[in-house]
Amino acid sequence: MLEVEDLACLKGDRLLFRELAFAVAPQEMLRIAGPNGAGKTSLLRLLTGLSLPEAGEVRWQGQPIRRVREAFHRALCYLGHSPALNDMLTPLENLRFACEAGGDQVSVQDCEQALARIGLANQLDLPARVLSQGQRRRVGLARLFLAARRPLWVLDEPFTALDVNAVAELAQTLSAHCAGGGTVLLTTHQDAPFAVPPRVLDLGDWAC
Amino acid sequence: MLNTFVAVLRRDLLLAWRGRADVLVTLAFFVIVVCLFPFGVGAEPNQLRAIAPGVLWVAVLLSCLLSMHRLFAQDHADGTLEQLLLSSEPAVVWVGAKVLAFWLSTGLPVVVVAPGLALLLDLEQGALPVLVVSLLLGTPILALLGAVGAALTLGVRGGGMLLALLVLPLFVPVLIFGAGAVEAELSGTGAVAHLLLLGGGCAGALALAPWACAASLRISME
Repeated sequence: MLEVEDLACLKGDRLLFRELAFAVAPQEMLRIAGPNGAGKTSLLRLLTGLSLPEAGEVRWQGQPIRRVREAFHRALCYLGHSPALNDMLTPLENLRFACEAGGDQVSVQDCEQALARIGLANQLDLPARVLSQGQRRRVGLARLFLAARRPLWVLDEPFTALDVNAVAELAQTLSAHCAGGGTVLLTTHQDAPFAVPPRVLDLGDWAC
Repeated sequence: MLNTFVAVLRRDLLLAWRGRADVLVTLAFFVIVVCLFPFGVGAEPNQLRAIAPGVLWVAVLLSCLLSMHRLFAQDHADGTLEQLLLSSEPAVVWVGAKVLAFWLSTGLPVVVVAPGLALLLDLEQGALPVLVVSLLLGTPILALLGAVGAALTLGVRGGGMLLALLVLPLFVPVLIFGAGAVEAELSGTGAVAHLLLLGGGCAGALALAPWACAASLRISME
């Protein structure tokens, strides 16, 4: 369970939002909405602990995330704006590295299956630089198939550059993760066919 | 913990292998810098012999510095660094692996080539083992201190120049004791004291620099 209390975010010398408070429970999906520049990505970075809030606190299972960093990051799967791909490595090498560096033990077979499931079975051995934007996005998303035991998924614009089928499939995966007891937080400007429509948190309401 | 260390080390070495032109550029730079000195100061053997330890060590410093800003730059640009900071393993583990991979792909080739260039400058063959040992102890310090500098200047405009200004003064003790070791061996007083100091510096940097580097990376990523 992720709780946010009295959170304020300062970007440059501008206060993006303040006194933001909400909680996300297991089996829940929260969509963070708001116009460009409202601070959606900044909020996600605060929630993951990548940056420090100006004021307030983020708590995981009742504890501040700074104090339980390792346990919190073991429970977290974050996919940011950039898909974290190195152009000189193949999708398979990139995915395997992302999992192992994150602290997960995965086999090559698991990675191959995850990439095949997301539609990259024929691109396993190509360097990432020849992939299209959508395909690069998919390599990042393939990690979700290997992160099922991480309950908290935080996804920044996961639907960007994906085709209609991939959007539907990803929505289904996210819904299934929630149904299985997981928590999903995401930002998106796009409508996706979720099984249960996510709760919406509009950052515009907290803008300063 | 070991898994993360091995995964990062293997990936960075693989990347160094795929981009081996960069390693060759560093080596070529090292060779060229050393070769410039006989042109500049004249090819008088006694003079070259006298300046050889200093010239070799300064060239090593410069060629290490040449590739240092690349240590975290690519990972920062493509988002890998964010993912590494979110790893459930302590940051020191993967920072250590990255610095080790950097040293293996940049420091070690320079150490291997250095004895050949020492012969070019007519350094006595008896001093070659001391030169190699001093480089083996000194280059890890350069890599570790440089990693802290690279982490601090990450994402800063003109970070490469800033990095040089930041870490070159810190390299001075390494230069003094590294070149001093070879000179002490040549003068017959023995290089043990210098090498012990370099070894101590290496152990100290190994113990402290990864933590400083991890903290700097967290600050740079905010």
